[in-house]
Amino acid sequence: MKKYTYTDKKDTRSGFGDGLLEAGKRNPEVVALCADLVGSLKMADFIKAFPERFFQTGIAEANMIGMAAGLTIGGKIPFTGTFANFSTGRVYDQIRQSVAYSDKNVKICASHAGLTLGEDGATHQILEDIGLMKMLPGMTVINPCDYNQTKAATIAIAEHHGPVYLRFGRPVVPIFTDADQKFEIGKAWMVNEGADVSIFATGHLVWEAIQAGEKLAEEGIDAEIINIHTIKPLDAEAVLKSVAKTGCVVTAEEHNRLGGLGDSIAQLLAVNNPTPQEYVAVNDSFGESGTPAQLMTKYGLDAEHIIAAAKKVMARKKQNS
Amino acid sequence: MYCNKTYHLMKQNIEQLKQTASQVRRDIVRMVHGCQSGHPGGSLGCTDFLVALYFNIMNNDPSFNMDAKGEDLFFLSNGHISPVFYSVLAHAGYFDKSELGTFRKLNSRLQGHPTTHEGLPGVRIASGSLGQGLSVAIGAALAKRLNGDDSIVYTLHGDGELQEGQIWEAAMFAPHNKLDRLIATVDYNGQQIDGPTEMVLSLGNLKAKFEAFGWEVLEEPNGNDMASVVAVLEKAKSLTGKGKPIAILLKTGMGYGVDFMMGSHKWHGVAPNDEQLATALAQLEETLGDY
Repeated sequence: MKKYTYTDKKDTRSGFGDGLLEAGKRNPEVVALCADLVGSLKMADFIKAFPERFFQTGIAEANMIGMAAGLTIGGKIPFTGTFANFSTGRVYDQIRQSVAYSDKNVKICASHAGLTLGEDGATHQILEDIGLMKMLPGMTVINPCDYNQTKAATIAIAEHHGPVYLRFGRPVVPIFTDADQKFEIGKAWMVNEGADVSIFATGHLVWEAIQAGEKLAEEGIDAEIINIHTIKPLDAEAVLKSVAKTGCVVTAEEHNRLGGLGDSIAQLLAVNNPTPQEYVAVNDSFGESGTPAQLMTKYGLDAEHIIAAAKKVMARKKQNS
Repeated sequence: MYCNKTYHLMKQNIEQLKQTASQVRRDIVRMVHGCQSGHPGGSLGCTDFLVALYFNIMNNDPSFNMDAKGEDLFFLSNGHISPVFYSVLAHAGYFDKSELGTFRKLNSRLQGHPTTHEGLPGVRIASGSLGQGLSVAIGAALAKRLNGDDSIVYTLHGDGELQEGQIWEAAMFAPHNKLDRLIATVDYNGQQIDGPTEMVLSLGNLKAKFEAFGWEVLEEPNGNDMASVVAVLEKAKSLTGKGKPIAILLKTGMGYGVDFMMGSHKWHGVAPNDEQLATALAQLEETLGDY
């Protein structure tokens, strides 16, 4: 198992804020909108640098999405910011008609995705957003794993023409990717090559997958770990290549097991190479109040659950052979 | 600063505008009859407004560029009145009017509700799900301001559409941000699918509501009189650049121009049969040739 260490921890949303500032410096057409959550979205530095290119929309998310669509008419590249729940479910029809169906170059940036809003509870958490966004034709869906990757993704989506959903979390998490990485939309990142089981993880679960991989290695299990930071378009080539080698799959995500990364991979495999698969995901449930760490454990999203899923799916593979 | 261009779409006088409107109304009933589906009532009611806008008021370029830098913009928020929009765009030269015959049919660019997806020149946003157009127009106006482009952004909304909450989110944003090159027109015909608007859900005092949000409001009781429509649009234009967005409450008659459709919500979304088509066309002078 390749060794991953970290010296620093930071929230992924700060990666968004720093990436937005950098994207703004690189391209004068980049503008930002926020629905009364500037602090949460870490937009302050962008606003300070480019006050005329920032629009405070107030608590009016539907109007924010519509305005973002309008700003593209005139050549702007708008980034909208609010919590993931209000970025997707609350404004689904606005995104569907004014952004996706209208093919507008809007970047929908969502913080506090998944369970990580913690104590605020289920009304402010969302576990369905990946599914909602990936069902929209033409929408790119990205869920980066740490501060550096979120920053790189933010810069990359400004250079990509078309609607994008960028999802990140609230808590401080280890930084284990390179600061100067090249972020390629739709190209999965090989975290560790292995032969026994493929672990496809996204977002905060990539670090958990690395922890799981290290423990599995101690038990003589050689896990291949791949970071699927872009859920749509899915890197089918990387997934199929890995599965051809390992013959069994664990998918890990901070999302409802219905409609997320796991389902994207299951669908790909069902058509191309039916393979035993186990899901590490929230089992079709809403969240609840608690600290993020407590919730990750209660809902089965930590390294221990990835290890258990890996062993279970390897046993199924053996049974089938 | 962006250098605004002047586009030379032939500017029609009142008599010519009336003739164009008659032809557009012929197109509307023929298009809806042709596919036996669509919304003739609101389309006929808004014909004078859209004809005045495209053939007399706006500075816009039929060669069509999505970004519309240096030209006036129009957004149709109540997308179901697509027949009038498509007919006006075709007559203004955005695409060939023979294409009007494909309306709502398979493989057509003229979808039941407008979309950019099929790449139809003149359409810059999909609309149909109501309440979103004012937000889009505000975004486009913000882009123009950033680009140093002082062209005007126009919108049209149904009165029933004002029941959507998003309209009022947008109505609050525009004056707060002093968007003063924005002219939003409400097609105030008092009808919606389920009946008169005042029975379905009362709109109250719309003038007072928009004014309370900080808009400059103009009322035009004769929205189907061409000279009055041109005059109110000219007045609205003269009020741009003074720190406030402008709303026009334009009283129109649903189904205007076809006697058996006039004034009734029953023709909101119903197509005429062969006999009704003939009756309607007999009432509308052909001036430019049918498609």
